[in-house]
Amino acid sequence: MMMKNPTTPTTTRWGYADLPALVRRMTGDEKHHSASSSTLDVLWVLYDRILDVSPERIDDEGRDRFLLSKGHGPMSYYAVLAAKGFLDADQFPDWASFGSPLGHHPDRMLLPGVEIGSGSLGHGLPLGVGTALGLRARGIGSRVVVLTGDAELDEGSNHEAIAVAGRLGLEQLTTVVVDNDSASYGWPGGIEDRFTREGWNGATVDGRDHDALYAAFTRPSNGRPSVVVAQVEPYDDDASESQDQGTATTTEEQTR
Amino acid sequence: MSTRPATSSEIDERPTRTMRDVFVETTTARFDTDDRLAVVLADISADSFAPAAARWPDRVLNVGIREQAMVGVAGGLALTGLRPVVHSYTPFLVERPFEQLKISIGHQGVGAVLVSIGASFDASSEGRTHQAPGDVALLDTLPGWRVHVPGHPDEVPALLRDAFDSDGPVYVRLSGQTNSTPMPVGAGFHQVRGGSGSDRGVVLAVGPVLDQVIEGVGDLDVTVLYTPTVRPFDAVGLAEAVGRARHADVMLVEPYLAGTSAHRVGSALEAVPHRVRSLGVSRDAELRAYGTPEEHRAAHGLDATSIGLAAREFFRP
Repeated sequence: MMMKNPTTPTTTRWGYADLPALVRRMTGDEKHHSASSSTLDVLWVLYDRILDVSPERIDDEGRDRFLLSKGHGPMSYYAVLAAKGFLDADQFPDWASFGSPLGHHPDRMLLPGVEIGSGSLGHGLPLGVGTALGLRARGIGSRVVVLTGDAELDEGSNHEAIAVAGRLGLEQLTTVVVDNDSASYGWPGGIEDRFTREGWNGATVDGRDHDALYAAFTRPSNGRPSVVVAQVEPYDDDASESQDQGTATTTEEQTR
Repeated sequence: MSTRPATSSEIDERPTRTMRDVFVETTTARFDTDDRLAVVLADISADSFAPAAARWPDRVLNVGIREQAMVGVAGGLALTGLRPVVHSYTPFLVERPFEQLKISIGHQGVGAVLVSIGASFDASSEGRTHQAPGDVALLDTLPGWRVHVPGHPDEVPALLRDAFDSDGPVYVRLSGQTNSTPMPVGAGFHQVRGGSGSDRGVVLAVGPVLDQVIEGVGDLDVTVLYTPTVRPFDAVGLAEAVGRARHADVMLVEPYLAGTSAHRVGSALEAVPHRVRSLGVSRDAELRAYGTPEEHRAAHGLDATSIGLAAREFFRP
């Protein structure tokens, strides 16, 4: 469906069904079907049902923190943020232009409500561990949710962070791994196992099933960090190249 | 024998107190009054911080031998309003996790206090793996870093307190090489000698090279400036000292990669024709030798004799 063009975009909130049209305002591709965007449903469930955040509380110390570590291909992220009132969708058509705060990789210094600047893979999880440690030291019980891709886990920095978070029992921390089977050499034994053997709670669910994602995100933490592996359809090279045209610089970056 | 605890002045007089000792003492004491301070370690100096970790387990964090995580965790701590102090041997603090310094600290718009030990060749007998003479040059590629290079353990507490009080990115480069006496710390270059108006030029000594500079230049009529703070670079102070000298000739003596601050000297003196000679750890070849720090100092031309020869060759009458 086509989205209405509202006159007060920052205060108008949209629903899940509006997300494809919001994404199209960036990609300009009428054939684009945003369900193919691997992170869309995870992001929607998080912002719609899990995270205690709002545009009015972006500096509230007690807010939950969402860290998009997989910063490339952020159209779904921007669309969800616009739907929830954090961003002005009228800025979408000019995204990635010189004066736009919206780039192909998000920058927290340009976008209020965006917790980290990302794009270079493997930074979000260590930052999330530090954020959880900082909140714990300050006695703030907020959740910290980090989104990574399955190929992003190739970066060794993630494995340093996975081990540290497990040993330190960071129960405030949740990692959601959007798994579109794009890691070059895969993860024998499964992604969940990489975390659980380091002391994390683990769950692997259908990354398109909103209720399954909700259930995984709301399981008791029992003094451990949690991983939710959200499996989505395997990355399709040919399809993605047309769908993501102009949004990422290389096929390799789109994949990860 | 008295059982009373040593007074602070007695502690200050202990000759064996290293910069590292002072760092641990100053930081540990700071926890009593600063509830935003946090320390992040990767095993190095974890024993020294054990008493602090016992009292403040949520804010003295050892991540194990994981330097990328160490810096990333520091960035996360800073995002929650804490002031992280990150500490390791120089190569493992600056070189290995360099992109984390760029992205997990700088790009996030947050700060941290990096405190390194080992400097350029403290670990002379350990070989290249434990030496990082390029650390300041690397950080110089990133905007906004303050860089302190203390030349004496007694210069360390004030530099650390300044770093703890601020919010930005700060690098404190500790070394086992020290000058015989502490010098003033604070904004601007400190004139150690000269300035009569008849000096041939200016020598700028950064941190623990001052003793060698003073001995090396001997009775040569030059101005000697000293600083333990090389970023921000006191361009005005340098230009003024140069203005008082006979020639706009500057010899830069730094205890890390030669010429690291040459571009700053150039900017400071861009209004006047000038000459610059840069002494420091040589760039042209990896020094494949063990031995002592003194031997490394000599091999890089940073001993008093070499500095003196270079100065007599460089400065015009």
